Amino acid sequence: MQVGLGHYLVISTLLFCLGLYGVLTRRNAVAILMGIELMLNAGNINLVAFNRYVAPATVSGHVFALVVITLAACEAAIGLALVMSAYRSLETIHVDEINVMKW
Amino acid sequence: MAQYAWIIPVLPFIAFWLIVFFGRRLPGEGAYVAIGAMLIDAMLSVGLLVQALGGAHYQANFVWAVLGNRPLELGYQIDPLTAVMLNVVTVVGSLIFIYSVGYMHGDPRYPRYFAYMSLFAASMLTLVLANNLLLLYVGWEGVGLCSYLLIGFWFERPAAARASLKAFVTTRVGDLFMFIGILLIFFTIGTLQFDEVFEAVEGGRLAGPTLTLAALLLFGGAVGKSAQVPLHVWLPDAMEGPTPVSALIHAATMVAAGVYLVARTYLLFFASPDHTALTVVAYVGGITALMAATIGIVQDDIKRVMAYSTISQLGYMMMGLGVLGYTAGVFHLMTHAFFKALLFLAAGSVIHAMHTNSMKEMGGLAKVMPWTYRTMLVGSLALAGVPPFAGFWSKDEILLEAFHHNPALFVLGLIGAFITAFYIFRMIFLTFGGHLRSAAHPHESPGVMTVPLVILAVFSAFIGLVGAPWWDNPFHHFVEFEAAGGAAFDVGLALVSTAVALAGIFAAAAVYYWKWISSASLRTAFGPLYTLLVHKYYWDELYARAIVRPTVWTARQLRTFDVYVIDGFVNAVGIVFVWLARLYRLFDLYVVDGAVNLLGWIAKTTGGVLRYMQTGRPQNYLLVIALGVIILVIGGILR
Amino acid sequence: MGEFAAFTILSLLILIPAVVVVTSKNIVRSALSLVPTLLGVTGFYVLLQAEFVAGIQVLIYAGAITVLLLFVIMLTEGGAGLQVRQVNEQIPLGVTAAVWLAFLLLLVFSRTTWPVAQRGNPPAYSALAIGNAFMTDYVLVFEVTSLVLLVSLVGAIIIARREE
Repeated sequence: MQVGLGHYLVISTLLFCLGLYGVLTRRNAVAILMGIELMLNAGNINLVAFNRYVAPATVSGHVFALVVITLAACEAAIGLALVMSAYRSLETIHVDEINVMKW
Repeated sequence: MAQYAWIIPVLPFIAFWLIVFFGRRLPGEGAYVAIGAMLIDAMLSVGLLVQALGGAHYQANFVWAVLGNRPLELGYQIDPLTAVMLNVVTVVGSLIFIYSVGYMHGDPRYPRYFAYMSLFAASMLTLVLANNLLLLYVGWEGVGLCSYLLIGFWFERPAAARASLKAFVTTRVGDLFMFIGILLIFFTIGTLQFDEVFEAVEGGRLAGPTLTLAALLLFGGAVGKSAQVPLHVWLPDAMEGPTPVSALIHAATMVAAGVYLVARTYLLFFASPDHTALTVVAYVGGITALMAATIGIVQDDIKRVMAYSTISQLGYMMMGLGVLGYTAGVFHLMTHAFFKALLFLAAGSVIHAMHTNSMKEMGGLAKVMPWTYRTMLVGSLALAGVPPFAGFWSKDEILLEAFHHNPALFVLGLIGAFITAFYIFRMIFLTFGGHLRSAAHPHESPGVMTVPLVILAVFSAFIGLVGAPWWDNPFHHFVEFEAAGGAAFDVGLALVSTAVALAGIFAAAAVYYWKWISSASLRTAFGPLYTLLVHKYYWDELYARAIVRPTVWTARQLRTFDVYVIDGFVNAVGIVFVWLARLYRLFDLYVVDGAVNLLGWIAKTTGGVLRYMQTGRPQNYLLVIALGVIILVIGGILR
Repeated sequence: MGEFAAFTILSLLILIPAVVVVTSKNIVRSALSLVPTLLGVTGFYVLLQAEFVAGIQVLIYAGAITVLLLFVIMLTEGGAGLQVRQVNEQIPLGVTAAVWLAFLLLLVFSRTTWPVAQRGNPPAYSALAIGNAFMTDYVLVFEVTSLVLLVSLVGAIIIARREE
């Protein structure tokens, strides 16, 4: 059976929703970041899949995916730096305990 | 000269306004301005008299208003009657004004006194100069106003305030009748000019009962102003005013205005059928003369004696006019003005020195106040009717006419003459004879007061001679009413009247000077008569019960109506609006404010609820975003 | 056939550790299970004939980022133990949202006809093509991305620095 575009889309959708679930429900800040990585990867899969099936002669999807990877790296770095800094000040990395901005 | 006669009333009128506005800053605090105006007027009057003696008559008119097709004209006239009246008012007035400088010295409202007196002079002169009933009525009201103002000059005294009100109200009753009479004439003939009215009477357009009614209505005004019975009650109380006021207004001039009115409109009275109007005038005058004289006997206040004497003498004048003695009445008016003014001013001099009006506290003043005594004696002799003094000639002429036309009134007049002499010499003996009955230290009055007294005494002594028969009674030829004729001088009658006067003086001396009969024994002997006289024939009590009380009661009822019904209605309206305002307040408070507050409450509550969305946790926000996306996608799919 | 089998295996390799990542109570275990997921994605890239991207994926994602995550877990208290509750109170709604979103997206994808190209061959050396693309069509993107990298480097250092 041929692997079509749809298959990849299904996988990326599931991966994305798993990542979303992780972001919405995890208390640990690092776990949230992991969920974000999952979502980004799902997006990347989409990009490359579309590149392969819709416009195989070009490499724009690859370029975009590379950019996304790069930005994911930056964002992970910054995010984790923030977690470090927050841990130093607030003594916790459970985000539901960091609610100073609440009503 | 006559064409400038209009200046005569204008001068004191200008003086009035000058004193009202500038008062104390004027020379003599206004007195000299007033006196100056009067003296100029006196000179003008003398000039006019000379012209009138030469037979000049003058009239001038101008149109004041037009009522439909009847124009109202005002103007003045100069004829012998007017000339005589002008001189009386201005000469006597000037002397009284000069006297007032001394009498009113130191009074806090000194300028105001002279303002009122000037206004009075202007009104009286207007009255006398008028050639139509309307302008005469204007002057009439003016003198009434000034009388009110001057009687109540010392208005801090409740007696003075009441007296001025009584004077005004009583004369108002008379003025009402007079005004109705004027209206009657106007609506019958259509004019108020004297000469046109007289033409109408002669032409028969105003005749019969209408004429009598008109004449009697006009006489009503005279009854009030000249203090005839029954409207005489105000004059004795008017003595509350300053003595020069009493002299000028209530002796010499204003009260003579009624006599002048009858004299001026004599044709109306004369032409009334059967002389009805004249008979009424005569009897009113005669009764007044006798009644007032009898009251004068028992008065202890020196000014009250004068007041009742004035009422009595005015009665004589009316009686004289009523018995066809036109000249006699006017003549007596002129002589009376001089000697009554003299008597009042002299009485004022006594009061000024003794600081009391009561004769009970006087006595023996002859030595202390010689000039006052001598001048007062001259005045009393004139009043009593002793020849050759002025009063004799005029009173004798009245009695003469009465003898010829109405013997009953002649007897009345004769008895009155006896009583007149009695009371006036009672006054002389009580005041100047005997010994001083109080602890006061009187002294003679200053020259500014005694000099006018002397001048008036000279007039009182000699003015009557213009009516003497030796040179054919020139006054009679000067001021006469042709149709009335005139009685010839009767020596016998003259002797009778003189004897009566002397008898009166003798009787007074017997009781009060030689004290052969004590006054106390007379009082007990005539007990009831004495009580009647002391209570002034109960006229005041009658009026109080019959008129004053009902009027006050009616006023009270009306006041109750006003306070409870009218004010109640107004207050009710107010209360209704207050309730409405309260309702509006409630509405404003709960509905309007409620709406505004509701908005605020909504914002607050919404915010209060929505704030819980700010959990401070980004995961919650992200969840909302995710849910929102889901909803949008569903929406997109379904569409 | 073979492609399909590879696809299936790689899918499982991706999804099952991903489930572990988002549900494990042990933070270290979830960080470590990220690795097979990322490697599975690499396999997908190879399957999709994106070799260069696959290489970069291994290098950056499975290598640097995972290590970074583990470092941070170590430096913070992440590995304290199983006693700490790892999930918050949003579980029901979170599950609902994720499931629904998945369902909806799948629905949308299944209904859409994709413009699948019938022909066209991918370039022989994808690295060469990508390099050319970066230097010509996407040079601006390239420059900006490098700037972002620089800024994030500096920023991360500054944020994570210990205050003295």
